[in-house]
Amino acid sequence: MSAEANYGTNHTSRDRGCDAAALCIRGLRKSFADVRAVDGIDLEVQVGECFGLLGPNGAGKTTTIEICEGLTPLDEGTVELLGLKWQTDAEELRQRIGMQLQETQFPDKLTVEEVLRLFRSFYRRGITVDESIEMAQLEEKRRSRVGGLSGGQKQRLAMATALVGDPELLFLDEPTTGLDPQARRHLWDLVEGLKEAGRTIILTTHYMEEAERLCDRVAIMDHGHVIALGTPKELIATVGGEDIVEFAVHSQVSEARTPPHEQGPVRGDTGPEAPSMEVNSGVDAAALTAIPGVQSHRRDDGVHQLSVSELHTAVPRIFAALEEQGLHLSEFRTHSATLEDVFVRLTGRNLRDE
Amino acid sequence: MSSLELSSLYQLTITRLKLTLREPEAIFWIFVFPIVLAVGLGIAFRNRPPEVLPVGATTPQLVQALAADSGLKANEMDEAAGLHAMATGQIVLLAIQAGDGVTYRYDETNPDARTARLLADRAIQRAAGRHDAVTAQNQLVREIGSRYIDFVVPGLLGMNLMGSAMWGLGFSIVDARQKRLLKRMVASPMPRWQYLTGYLLSRLGLLVIEVVVLLGFAWLVFGVPFRGPLWQLGLVCVITSFTFSALGLLVASRAKTMEAVSGLMNLVMFPMWILSGVFFSAARFPAVVQPFIKALPLTAAIDAMRGNMLQGTQLGQMMAPIAIMLAWLVLPFAVALRIFRWR
Repeated sequence: MSAEANYGTNHTSRDRGCDAAALCIRGLRKSFADVRAVDGIDLEVQVGECFGLLGPNGAGKTTTIEICEGLTPLDEGTVELLGLKWQTDAEELRQRIGMQLQETQFPDKLTVEEVLRLFRSFYRRGITVDESIEMAQLEEKRRSRVGGLSGGQKQRLAMATALVGDPELLFLDEPTTGLDPQARRHLWDLVEGLKEAGRTIILTTHYMEEAERLCDRVAIMDHGHVIALGTPKELIATVGGEDIVEFAVHSQVSEARTPPHEQGPVRGDTGPEAPSMEVNSGVDAAALTAIPGVQSHRRDDGVHQLSVSELHTAVPRIFAALEEQGLHLSEFRTHSATLEDVFVRLTGRNLRDE
Repeated sequence: MSSLELSSLYQLTITRLKLTLREPEAIFWIFVFPIVLAVGLGIAFRNRPPEVLPVGATTPQLVQALAADSGLKANEMDEAAGLHAMATGQIVLLAIQAGDGVTYRYDETNPDARTARLLADRAIQRAAGRHDAVTAQNQLVREIGSRYIDFVVPGLLGMNLMGSAMWGLGFSIVDARQKRLLKRMVASPMPRWQYLTGYLLSRLGLLVIEVVVLLGFAWLVFGVPFRGPLWQLGLVCVITSFTFSALGLLVASRAKTMEAVSGLMNLVMFPMWILSGVFFSAARFPAVVQPFIKALPLTAAIDAMRGNMLQGTQLGQMMAPIAIMLAWLVLPFAVALRIFRWR
């Protein structure tokens, strides 16, 4: 499997050791009751990097990030942040990291300013309340109560509380979940600004486009494991083509109305006893993958997916091949390969299935 | 930014105070409710002039004789009307002329009726010419400090301090836990002890307002006495408030929902509302349960407050209730810190 290649990058960075890394995770395991939430992961994040943990709900992203934040004790393995460990340097670490957690609700009856003044008071050093309000672009809302803020503004306030201690390491746990597209883009701009300012950021998300846009490197997690690691580009390249072609063929008229032997020449071996699914899916996958530029074929719920590297030359040939097989298209579309396709290829499931 | 503004303990305390004062319901329960209750009770139990007992008599002579006693109000009625009036509670006694004598008809189990019987008989005998063998004089007592309102104000104060401390801590802690704010706070470098201390300090601030409002009102309107040293009363109030804060902390230390914490609160407070002598003396309960009642923190608090306000008892003579309260402060606080759930 070409995922091996991704682990290759992991090995080289492991050889570099953890000394220079902002975050270094080795052999991390955590179980809740009999559920293995995190099942042996190794990761490191370099200073100045924006690193994404991508995966479906329940993949272990939040558990991993909360262990890094010192909120959840680990079962096995080591976690080092800025060369420090939670077991021995908790106090120091809390001063030097910043975080935005999932689902934090600040008191409705406090103003933006008051919340930030409170959080600022917890840190020995940091930026001023005014600066944090400016960074989160909440100037107009500084005297508004939290209860009157929109979802996006609340999330930016959470971001401001994470920044007010001027952290060396910033954790964002699903920062845009539940936000409308505009608020999401606003938050992305904010994170990009922080990236440009050279901050080390670790974020979790189950939005592929978010990871693709914001993250220098991404670890895709599933069932407590890291199943792929690399830059979004590298990972997308493992799909085998830059583009994905999706199509569906006319589901043949159901056998109740048309007996199979009266149907068009779908496949020579189609008999009345053949299951109807076989009849309906009668696409010759081998003929398709033989087309130059088509890397692979898979079928999901009646939709065929091909990963394709030379879209402009491959598509006419795909049409021709389907024509030859006597199939009629009911759907046809193409899109650039995304991290979603990487996840689908690795797990056979869609990211948002669960 | 001033150094005070950068002090996390100051910020936690101020934030807490602001949050309480911005909650209209809290303002009502803490400041308005005790005054409404005091006014209501003050009106219900105001000292009325000695009661005049309504009685009936069957002849004008008897009515005239009975009217001589200011404690009786007599009306003439025939026997049938009299019986009906007694059955409906309009009179408590009926004097019936029977030849030369008189018959009193009344319910012996009714104290008012028994009093009426004594007064009526004395009036009728005097009218008939009886003279007292011994001269007697009355000296009437109407002393401040022995009225019901004097008794109930310290009780209300204790009850109010219990309620505001427990609700104040319990609800806001569980609310913060439910909103994942508690988790966010402990993920920051905030010292955990300061979070809880912030609650206690903000309680102190509210306490001053609460106590001054209630006692000031009772003093101005009802003239409730303050016989003991005020600073000692203040100290008792502070200890009371901290004791119930510790209990509130314990109750809220693990609860995850408002329903759970409300149930626990009521479970803790309800027995004390009844048993601890807020509205009537706890001495009315049977002797077997007295040790249990005495060990309750609200009983101790109210005993100490009544001792100070009504009897002018010095702190040194109230070590038992103070010790009980301190025990209720230290133990729940220690347990709460151990089992407290931050997320």
